[in-house]
Amino acid sequence: MVWTGLTALLSHWRRRPVQLAMLLLGLSLATALWSAVQAINGEARASYDRAAAILGQDRLAQLVREDGARMDQQVFVRLRRAGWLVSPVIEGEMRFGDVRLRVLGIDPLTLPPQAQQVNVAVGDELLPFITAPGVLYAAPETATRLTEQATPPVRVAEGLPPGTVLTDIGQAQVLLGAKDKISRLLLWPDQPIGRAPLKVTAPGLTLRQPSETGDLARLTDSFHLNLTAFGFLAFAVGLFIVHSAIGLAFEQRRQVFRTLRALGLPARVLVLLLIAELLIFALLAGLVGVALGYVVASALLPDVAATLRGLYGADVPGTLSIRPAVWAAGLAIAVIGTLVAAAQSLWRLWHLPLLAAAQPRAWARASERALRAQGVAAMVLLLTAAGIAQFGSGLEAGFALLAALLLGAALALPLVLTGILQLGGRLVRGPLAEWFWADTRQQLPGLSLALMALLLALAANVGVSTMVSSFRLTFTGWLDQRLAAELYVTARTEAEATAIHDWLAQRSDAVLPIWSVEGRVAGQPAAIYGVADHATYRDNWPILSAVPEVWDRIAAGDGALINEQLARRQELGLGDQITLPGGWRASIVGVYSDYGNPIGQVIIGIDTLVQHYPDVSRLRYAIRIAPGKAEALAAGLRAQFGLPAQNVIDQAGIKVFSLKVFERTFRVTAALNVLTLGVAGLAMFASLMTLSGMRLPQLAPVWAMGLTRRHLAWLELSRGLLLAALTMLAAVPVGIALAFVLLAVVNVEAFGWRLPMHLFPGDWARLAALALLAAGLAAAAPAWRLARLSPSDLLKVFAHER
Amino acid sequence: MSVRALLIYMCLAAAPAFGQGFAGLGTEADGFSVPQPGTAFNFPADHGPHPGYRIEWWYLTANLQAADGADYGVQWTLFRSALAPVERSGWSSPQLWMGHAGLTTQTHQFVAERSARGGIGQAGVTAAPFAAWIDNWQMAGRALPEADALSALDLRAAGRAFSYELALDAKGPLVPQGVQGYSVKSEKGQASYYYSQPFYHVTGTLTLPAGAIAVTGQAWLDHEWSSQPLAEDQTGWDWFSLHFDSGEKMMGFRLRDGGAGFTSATWIKADGRPQPQAPGALRVTPLETAAVAGRSVPIRWRVQLPEKGVDVTIRTLNPEAWMDTRFPYWEGPIRFEGTHAGRGYLEMTGYE
Amino acid sequence: MLLRLHQIDKFYPTGEGPLHVLNGIDLSLEAGKSLALTGESGSGKSTLLHLVAGLDSPDAGEIHLGGTNIVGLNDTALAALRRATVGLVFQQFNLIPSLDVAANLAFQARLAGRPDPAWLKVLAKRLGLAQVLTRYPEQLSAGQQQRVAIGRTLAARPRLVLADEPTGNLDEATGDAVLDLMLSLVAETGAALLMVTHSNRLANRLNARVHLHAGRLV
Repeated sequence: MVWTGLTALLSHWRRRPVQLAMLLLGLSLATALWSAVQAINGEARASYDRAAAILGQDRLAQLVREDGARMDQQVFVRLRRAGWLVSPVIEGEMRFGDVRLRVLGIDPLTLPPQAQQVNVAVGDELLPFITAPGVLYAAPETATRLTEQATPPVRVAEGLPPGTVLTDIGQAQVLLGAKDKISRLLLWPDQPIGRAPLKVTAPGLTLRQPSETGDLARLTDSFHLNLTAFGFLAFAVGLFIVHSAIGLAFEQRRQVFRTLRALGLPARVLVLLLIAELLIFALLAGLVGVALGYVVASALLPDVAATLRGLYGADVPGTLSIRPAVWAAGLAIAVIGTLVAAAQSLWRLWHLPLLAAAQPRAWARASERALRAQGVAAMVLLLTAAGIAQFGSGLEAGFALLAALLLGAALALPLVLTGILQLGGRLVRGPLAEWFWADTRQQLPGLSLALMALLLALAANVGVSTMVSSFRLTFTGWLDQRLAAELYVTARTEAEATAIHDWLAQRSDAVLPIWSVEGRVAGQPAAIYGVADHATYRDNWPILSAVPEVWDRIAAGDGALINEQLARRQELGLGDQITLPGGWRASIVGVYSDYGNPIGQVIIGIDTLVQHYPDVSRLRYAIRIAPGKAEALAAGLRAQFGLPAQNVIDQAGIKVFSLKVFERTFRVTAALNVLTLGVAGLAMFASLMTLSGMRLPQLAPVWAMGLTRRHLAWLELSRGLLLAALTMLAAVPVGIALAFVLLAVVNVEAFGWRLPMHLFPGDWARLAALALLAAGLAAAAPAWRLARLSPSDLLKVFAHER
Repeated sequence: MSVRALLIYMCLAAAPAFGQGFAGLGTEADGFSVPQPGTAFNFPADHGPHPGYRIEWWYLTANLQAADGADYGVQWTLFRSALAPVERSGWSSPQLWMGHAGLTTQTHQFVAERSARGGIGQAGVTAAPFAAWIDNWQMAGRALPEADALSALDLRAAGRAFSYELALDAKGPLVPQGVQGYSVKSEKGQASYYYSQPFYHVTGTLTLPAGAIAVTGQAWLDHEWSSQPLAEDQTGWDWFSLHFDSGEKMMGFRLRDGGAGFTSATWIKADGRPQPQAPGALRVTPLETAAVAGRSVPIRWRVQLPEKGVDVTIRTLNPEAWMDTRFPYWEGPIRFEGTHAGRGYLEMTGYE
Repeated sequence: MLLRLHQIDKFYPTGEGPLHVLNGIDLSLEAGKSLALTGESGSGKSTLLHLVAGLDSPDAGEIHLGGTNIVGLNDTALAALRRATVGLVFQQFNLIPSLDVAANLAFQARLAGRPDPAWLKVLAKRLGLAQVLTRYPEQLSAGQQQRVAIGRTLAARPRLVLADEPTGNLDEATGDAVLDLMLSLVAETGAALLMVTHSNRLANRLNARVHLHAGRLV
């Protein structure tokens, strides 16, 4: 009986392949977008984990200096001679040609077994590894990037994070220009007895416990949360399609349900059969969806990887690996999504008498009660959003605010549209117009889910594009301020740097050092830059707030400028004291904007920098010269010192590069936005198809009273467009609110900077056109079907009970 | 005892298989010096390292007794292995160092292992004043200026659950092995420079999980260096150092190969004069094996040196004296009876 | 003659070949008269009514309505005919669910361009709908709904009223009352009435009757 029942239920789909396709498509798309985001995040996180796990940092405690600065390698020998089993590591960033890499230097002889994920320097490889020029071990992808560059010999080692090369500590010290320095010490888990106390042997070092997540994972958290939020939005929008398709299938199979029940199939079994049917579809669509998700993800991943590298210095491979977790999660979300989407239909089937005929107006009136409840929920959510905006803090609160705002707006939409349609109905004259508005209002309950989906998609579009465009505008202006110098030169050695400086002294207006050291400020990774006392900074630097005579204070050596993100994260303000690497303290005299930089930054006078950090690498300079002479000077500089092209960059070059990074950062968001909009269009199409089946009894009397089918079809099309247009109107304020939250809350929490908002109505017009196009396409098919309907199909309405 | 070279090679070069590492040893030493017969030792300089030779070690074994008569064995070894026949300061030094420390009781075997690179001060050896160290393990000379630099030593090492601190005082002279320090290892002529100081009296303290134990006893130090010590077909060795109760000493080893093996021995009179024995004069016969660390290892031996009327049966203090290091081997204290009685040390490698 | 049908043939395609639903029908109806069209289920009586209303077209023959042959008119012309000349009352699903009773009543008259508030008021009163003008169709009883349908049809003052089992969905007492109302109001407006019914009892209350059997008038 069960099998017979299932066959009868499934036969429906054989006769309606388009409907089945719609159901599966909706579910697949929803799953695909979700899985794509999951796959991307998974790939990125796996690579952070690899980075965090390298050298066993996730399992081994380490000894570090509190300020994050490098220590003398004699500390290592002293600790070993005192009985401590430690192994030295040096790390740093460096460029090979135009490839920037993280260099990790290890001592293979003392490396704890827990730190040896990568088989390096085995057997005969040890001698070349520890003697000049050394050997670089790199992941296959990294090794490929290095093929064109002048480097020590490169060997491929699986399991290394991308963008990282592993080499002997001695070679790394040479490469990084840090003779006899080490960054940290790995602590063996088992230590011998009778060791000298740590405080005596190595004062100034602190023990850092193994940490599962590295700085990278923390820094990029907000980025991934962002992606996840979008994936979830896309998934929710996709579910609207599924909901419509399932609703239609249930409506159309009323007769079959009734027959099956009459034949003695218990309601419980019927519901279970339908759930089984849905599960089959969910798994099928889930598999397709995850596969599709991988396609989307691999299309997006290069941009994501570029973003992560540009924005956070995080290296993520450009290719995806297949992760079982993504498949499992994808299938699970497909199943859960299907059941959620079907819940209403199943509930109705369970509770409503089977013999009741379809009564659209009764349904509409029932949903008027639902509408009121929805309105209350919307109010509560919007008030919650306001509350969070007022009192909340943190990134999570930011996203909660976004969720409450979007959901509240979506729930309020049917109410708002009802009001507008009511008003419209009152304003128009003529029986057809009145009917058109009244009937449109009556269609609302059936379409509201799709319209809510459309609202979400449109609002997200408006919000994100406003945010991105505002950001772009601010960013471009900021680049102009920040990149005031005409040329930037990087020497290859300190001797060359000195020579370049002397050579430039007579040929340019000013040669300004760009020297920096890395370390920890207030427990966070940060860079400390020294600046010369020069008009370049006095006139251009993008200061947000500062004490009077700020540049005099910097030059005098008793003040420090910090970037906005450091100020916000550590709640530092003018006049506060900060402790800088090396343990000396400076007073904050100003805060400046520093977009696109994930870590903290401190600016002090160049003399102060050299005084506190005599080992600072002195390789980079900014050059001031009349813009017209810059190109000739750059050419001369390259010729004179044989510098590679990328070591002398002009202002425009850096700007182009920065803007490229910027654009790539938001390309993923834009792609997800467009996909979401597409899915919303599909949701609308599915809903309209669903409704068109139930529309005939409402349209037939009008037709019988003297309207042609073509006329009716045009009205149906106009109805879709009207609703889309109204939804777009509603989406604009929601989108602006969204943009505001993104700019003023989420960005501040995620990146540490706040941006002014700019509005771009032109973008909205384009989006509105797109939305109308989508709605028009969605409404076209049902309208076309109506125009071509045979009269006998319409006449059947009057002849039979449906 | 040059056969221990294999050990250091296995460990430091971390060759994937025994056979491969062995094959590597059989080849001619590229650029490394090779021991020549008839070269006189130059002390104290020769107490220090010889970076031009591929391998070198300072190897001390001690037979100790507590006040209650319980026997203990202590091993302290510092190996030097050169990847290239030069010394450089800093990380690029091709001189690699490895330490093994063992402490054997009747029921327990304690093992620790260290490795380090030369050039940065973590490990090394200086000749005068004598000091050999890796991490906080050390063998430090405290001899008076006119005495031999090795004649008085302070020794210490520590592992996760044990440590020891011993004072060693030599009651006899240095003893060159082989022909005036030129020790032949195979019929094909492989050889090493090799001398010993087998006359140490020892006092000191062992620290075990149960507490500290005061001990006294005797110890034997070997210092040996070479570049190409093994023949291609040799698969392992059995090495014996015997302290006879009569005051004489004997060093003997057998290198196992496909056939009868190669044995060599030095008889050391109580006054320290060595009497090198002809190859083959020493006969060693396993009498009983035991399963140790999954291998079958001889734990009772018959050792004969007919020339000196020696025919003794050796038994181990603790059959489980397994050195569970990266390249594992057996090393532990022994007692023997028969024509002569006494204590000593046994090392066995290459048992599968 | 208001309505004249000449040699009407109509086929429906079926699995076993075309079904001859109407076979050489000749029929006429004068203005102001009423005619009952009876027959068993499937005899083709509803089809005939639909042809007359311009909802469907015959495969052969002519239908003259007010002197015009409506066979072959295009969709727009037929729609205009339905709007202005004929009024339809069906068994059910007559009303526009999104409009209230008042709007439903006025709908066709306004569509036909003949709004007449005074007449509407009279109709509402006569049909007993004055109290329910602001309600929506599904809030009405079946009898009330059918009265709204009748009122809406007559509000436009059509020359021909076509009714298809107008009381088929009502119980007998309600049905009789509704029919009485319809007949008297049709008579008052001077329209002609063509009513399909399977009930002899109802058919007898009209001026004349014809019986349809297997596609032919008998």
